[in-house]
Amino acid sequence: MTLISAKNLGFDPGGGAILRGVDFRIDPGEIVTIVGPNGSGKSTLLRLLLGVLPASSGRVTRQKRLRVGYMPQKLGIDTSLPMSVDRFLQLPGRHPEPDRRRVMAEVGIEGLERRALTALSGGQLQRALLARALLTRPEILVLDEPTQGLDQPGEAAFYQLIERVRTDTGCAVLMVSHDLHVVMAASDRVICLNGHVCCEGTPHVVREAPEYRALFGLGTGGALALYQHEHDHGHDHGHDHGEACDHV
Amino acid sequence: MFDDFLVRAALAGGGLALATGPLGSFVVWRRMAYFGDATAHAAILGVALAMLFSAPVTAGTLLTALAMALAVSVLSARGHAMDAALGVLSHGALASGLVAISFVPGVRVDLAAFLFGDILTVTRADLAVIWGGAAVILALLAWRWSRLLTATLSPDLAAASGIRAGREGLVLTLSLAIVVAVALKVVGALLIAAMLIIPASAARGLSATPERMAVLAVAAGAASALAGLWMSLELDTPAGPSIVVAACALFALSTLFRRP
Repeated sequence: MTLISAKNLGFDPGGGAILRGVDFRIDPGEIVTIVGPNGSGKSTLLRLLLGVLPASSGRVTRQKRLRVGYMPQKLGIDTSLPMSVDRFLQLPGRHPEPDRRRVMAEVGIEGLERRALTALSGGQLQRALLARALLTRPEILVLDEPTQGLDQPGEAAFYQLIERVRTDTGCAVLMVSHDLHVVMAASDRVICLNGHVCCEGTPHVVREAPEYRALFGLGTGGALALYQHEHDHGHDHGHDHGEACDHV
Repeated sequence: MFDDFLVRAALAGGGLALATGPLGSFVVWRRMAYFGDATAHAAILGVALAMLFSAPVTAGTLLTALAMALAVSVLSARGHAMDAALGVLSHGALASGLVAISFVPGVRVDLAAFLFGDILTVTRADLAVIWGGAAVILALLAWRWSRLLTATLSPDLAAASGIRAGREGLVLTLSLAIVVAVALKVVGALLIAAMLIIPASAARGLSATPERMAVLAVAAGAASALAGLWMSLELDTPAGPSIVVAACALFALSTLFRRP
């Protein structure tokens, strides 16, 4: 029983396609990670799958009444809107106080319920977003670069937390990330995206795929290599993968 | 010591505050301050059209205020900058309203009456219209409150929870049009816009949750209306502007207690 699937998905807001020809599916309990350089359409893909954005072509199928816990890349909170953490956890649905306390303790923000969202640190805000997502008992957690603004120990702790949530609740996890090495170890499946799906498979398969290497560089480049990525490199040294990773 | 007309004026101000408190909070949260202005200006065109076609003024203002609100939504959805779109439509509606009125035979128009209304001449029928309108707006907002709040905080979060931000926005658009339509004749375009923005802004400083801000905005609006009327009575100042001045004074006071 697939939770979310997409067939031949494309998005073009005018002025060039951001995504084209993307096929996708995620099953219950799976952890799927989308990696790709800046501007490769990772967040766009998430937002299409959630129905935040309308697809220009192709179609998205979500399971009926799917409970989604969504953690957006950033939450631009206007300072004119007073919003305490406790109130935020109950948007849009109410949840009993013991549940709210339990989830806050689970993600490590106990005692902050009366704090304003705008007064939280980056890491605290990420955790508050996760707590809100967890309160709905999601069947799928959708996380858009969930560890940005966290230091390395914070990042590692965050991914441990996600894995624990998956183990405890059995929910699927779909996330977008830059932090390749940390993330890929915890994923069942990795999708390498650059306007289209370059390659896909278990972390091991993807790491060895020529398309992935063409995108992210050989050797131990890691997260930094992403930023140095150029579309035209790595396409003419032995691997025959045609135009697979040219940006659309 | 209150003459009958003063009681009616106070009730009109209170009814207006009841609607503009929560509605104005949304206007402030969504940075739509000039939206209120534009809708109120459009209502003047509505008055002119209603006079030309001898239709009820409230219907005319409701229709033009709605048309204005929808026009702004369409323009900004097509990629025009919101403030520029509002500027064009707002001034356009005000000017064409004044031009249209010049076609109505035998009418000399006092612009100040449109901008500030005349709260001291409120009739029982006006009161019924204002309180009825306020009740409709409060019911609309209460019904959609949680969804509207989520959509205001983040359209993405709203969409992921199955809430369509665009459709929720229509509730606000409709409410704005209603408040302008029911209150224009009595309190004027400028006072409506002021009552939307200023009490909510004053309440922001004292609020930790959206609900508290909405309630405090109602209180601040009602207090401004009473203080303004008292000032008008004691100092013989014009009532509408006195209410705005009182609201501004409350806002200034609230900045001393601002919290995050």
